[in-house]
Amino acid sequence: MPDWNKPLPTVVGETRAYWDACRRGQLLIQHCGQCGEYQFYPRGICAHCWTENPGWVAASGKGTVWTYTVTYQNRTPGFDQGPYVLALVELEEGVRMFSNIVECDPREVSIGMAVEVTFQRATDQISVPYFKPAG
Amino acid sequence: MVDLRRAAAVVGVHEHVTRYAPDKSELQIQGESIIKALEDAGLDKGDVDGLFTASMSVRNSGLNLADYLNMYPKHVDNTTVGGGSFEFHLAHALNAIYAGRINCAVITYSTLARSGGVSVGTGGVSRFGHPRLDPSPDSFEELYGLTTVGLYAMIAQRHFHQYGTTPEQLAEIAVAVRHHASMNPEALFRDEITVEDVLRSRVISSPLHLMDCCVITDGGGAVVVASPEVARSCRHRPVWVLGTGEAVAHQGAGKRDLIYVAAKQSQGPAFAGAGVTQADIDMAMIYDSFTITVLETLEDLGFCEKGEGGEFVSGGRLKIGGGLPINTDGGGLSSNHPGMRGIFLLMEATRQLRHQFEGTPRQVPDCKIALCHGTGGALGSRHSGGTVILGRD
Repeated sequence: MPDWNKPLPTVVGETRAYWDACRRGQLLIQHCGQCGEYQFYPRGICAHCWTENPGWVAASGKGTVWTYTVTYQNRTPGFDQGPYVLALVELEEGVRMFSNIVECDPREVSIGMAVEVTFQRATDQISVPYFKPAG
Repeated sequence: MVDLRRAAAVVGVHEHVTRYAPDKSELQIQGESIIKALEDAGLDKGDVDGLFTASMSVRNSGLNLADYLNMYPKHVDNTTVGGGSFEFHLAHALNAIYAGRINCAVITYSTLARSGGVSVGTGGVSRFGHPRLDPSPDSFEELYGLTTVGLYAMIAQRHFHQYGTTPEQLAEIAVAVRHHASMNPEALFRDEITVEDVLRSRVISSPLHLMDCCVITDGGGAVVVASPEVARSCRHRPVWVLGTGEAVAHQGAGKRDLIYVAAKQSQGPAFAGAGVTQADIDMAMIYDSFTITVLETLEDLGFCEKGEGGEFVSGGRLKIGGGLPINTDGGGLSSNHPGMRGIFLLMEATRQLRHQFEGTPRQVPDCKIALCHGTGGALGSRHSGGTVILGRD
């Protein structure tokens, strides 16, 4: 496994299902059985209707770039070697999540661009969801 | 709502002019600032019964500060919601004074962001000296290389896309604020700049250039707020608190409308409380962590329609002599930005309302009502907005 020097998430009880699914190559998001709303990031309550134990559903993994930036300066290890694309991706289900747009030239990224999830294995426990241009 | 107009006044201010202080502690800067701000007010230690502070570097900042100062406040508040914390403090001090709990409060802040080598904008967003809290959005952000500049850059990119705003228009903000810095001998950068200079500066995170970003300095200061009775005995004419509003924004549980900022929520109570409108504002201190911060804040404060900020900030409107002078001290973009800057907005608005620069180009002519809007946290993720409207008799 290549050395992973980027920050890693902290896995806690209410986010474990998300990271377990990422390890299997699946993007899970939360969907509330009470109010029917989706939410992101995962949490132990539905933040829309304030009920407990929102359920999980598999997202399609498809979305569009809602906004993005090409970052040239970041001292964080793993991000200090040249430009990368930071984006806010709007999933088909309607929630938006931060990610990086990978497997393409940063100059090709634009708002509205169709993207799909792809996973990179960081450690035995953690695989990180990224997005690449939709095939 | 209770009418709180003129229930409290800003009676003393002191900006610690240091921009680099490797041999001082944060508490020392605050202590020195409080002494000078009380001198400015004509008050002393025994008059102060309320303590308000926020810190980027220590927890329980109110406790540490009260101990350092050997002070027994009747009201302590270390509300910390980012750079705009001090607009929140002023609102809270107003409430405590109105309730009769205290008569005189000190609001104070300092940091050593520059001498400490803190990557305020270009480190990870959770690297503000606080421990990682979980479960938190940090675990869904840090791993993608979010920076403070990157977050604001994404907001700018979306604004460009949605409304046709241009880099040249953002640059106009930096140019206007630098013009004001040229009149402030304490400002870090005082040489006038052009739109072309901003566009030629290197891109930190597209579309934001270096000169779209605030400076990083050490520094701090103190503001003294008092009841009307105390205020009338002070050295300067009172600068009355007319209206306040506070808000946090961009929650949405993943369905954030990032095109609006917290100012949209905080301005209503401030204007309604003050009983004035945007047209009554003679000058504004707008938190300028980045040029895009100013543009979106002006829109959401209601100075122009949403999406028309680019045109609004153009043509010198933001310079003294223009329709809405802002950041007449040179702002965070050119004068100082020690990690959190909201306290300096209150100081410069007070100076302008005292007509302290009368007879010089820095004075906003006939300045009667000023607005301060502090932004904290980061647009694009979790941020706060505090609006304060101040006025003189």
